[in-house]
Amino acid sequence: MNERTRRLLELADDELVLGWRDSEWTGIAPSLEEDVAFSSIAQNEIGHARALYELAAKELGTTADALAFDRSPEEYLSAPLVELRRLEWARTIARHYLYETADAVRIEALAASDDPEVAGLAAKIAREETYHLMHADLWVDRLLDTDEGRARLREAVEELWPYALGVLDDELRPVWAERVRARLEFELPDVEPITREQHTEELRELWEEMTSVRRSVAAGAEW
Amino acid sequence: MVTADDVWAALAEIPDPEIPVVSVVDLGVVRAVEVDDRRVRVEFTPTFLGCPALDVMRDAMAARLAALGAETEIEVVLDDSWSTDRITPEGREKLRVAGFAPPAPREAAAPNLVQLQSSVFRCPYCGSTETKLENIFGPTPCRSLRYCETCRQPFEQFKTI
Repeated sequence: MNERTRRLLELADDELVLGWRDSEWTGIAPSLEEDVAFSSIAQNEIGHARALYELAAKELGTTADALAFDRSPEEYLSAPLVELRRLEWARTIARHYLYETADAVRIEALAASDDPEVAGLAAKIAREETYHLMHADLWVDRLLDTDEGRARLREAVEELWPYALGVLDDELRPVWAERVRARLEFELPDVEPITREQHTEELRELWEEMTSVRRSVAAGAEW
Repeated sequence: MVTADDVWAALAEIPDPEIPVVSVVDLGVVRAVEVDDRRVRVEFTPTFLGCPALDVMRDAMAARLAALGAETEIEVVLDDSWSTDRITPEGREKLRVAGFAPPAPREAAAPNLVQLQSSVFRCPYCGSTETKLENIFGPTPCRSLRYCETCRQPFEQFKTI
């Protein structure tokens, strides 16, 4: 697999897995507005994953569905940050903010690439992600506004920080970490990132669920 | 023999599956039509990448053009060539009449929260600009929810993309 394909798959796997996690709020988010927001965001992320898989699939001579669902959990290139299952609101918002801001740095870099297919798709994705960033930012404002909100956000960000550091590579990470530190008004430790190779148990559980329909077809089920 | 005009006219009959008051031509998702005798090539540029209506639109276009007797190829172009600015003036008017506020024009800088929270967006029911943002997200990824302070009517605002 060449560098271009690996980058596309890292991004696609992140968006697919996070899209799945975000969709877990559908029907049970703390308010109707957030239910709608996370459902839309999930839909966008999975749409991005599909388009990115299609680009990668052309290179690899396969299909987007095969890349999304026919690989073993070990073959996914997702970052552990998106794999975590955290049905708790402060952690969800902390991950949302950390992921969307990191993703924006990466998409910005891809949009500036001299590969026209990659740059074109990245520019399109960036337009949609603008609204995810706005939503995440609004929540950070809201949580920083009260003592309880600030304490809960801080606790969640501290827990997720090593995971968040694993989203970007060594080149892009410092730019992003600087932006987050400037925004959040509390100290964040210098720790080792939890990298893409260190998959979580939660990815395996998610994989079981996410691929169950696809695997049942191979086993003879009709839908 | 099929002409480009026949193809555009046929495509103009295909409604958006989620907002059937506008056609795929009104939406601006058809980027180009090329006709070579009976062979038709259409470039289709998606709205939102995760929009579930995309496959429905593509299949409906293929079926409609096949009915013209054309051998059809629909190429999906995955780049930034679709913007809400591509919605035609007729399309915008149809949206407004149906109760959707059309999108603001795309600007060089990305849209921001201050813009969305300002009251400039016009209510499609009473025309007032005393409106406020209720939620960045709405029933589909392409829309936000707003509320009109004048006629007290919630409405959907197209996001600028």
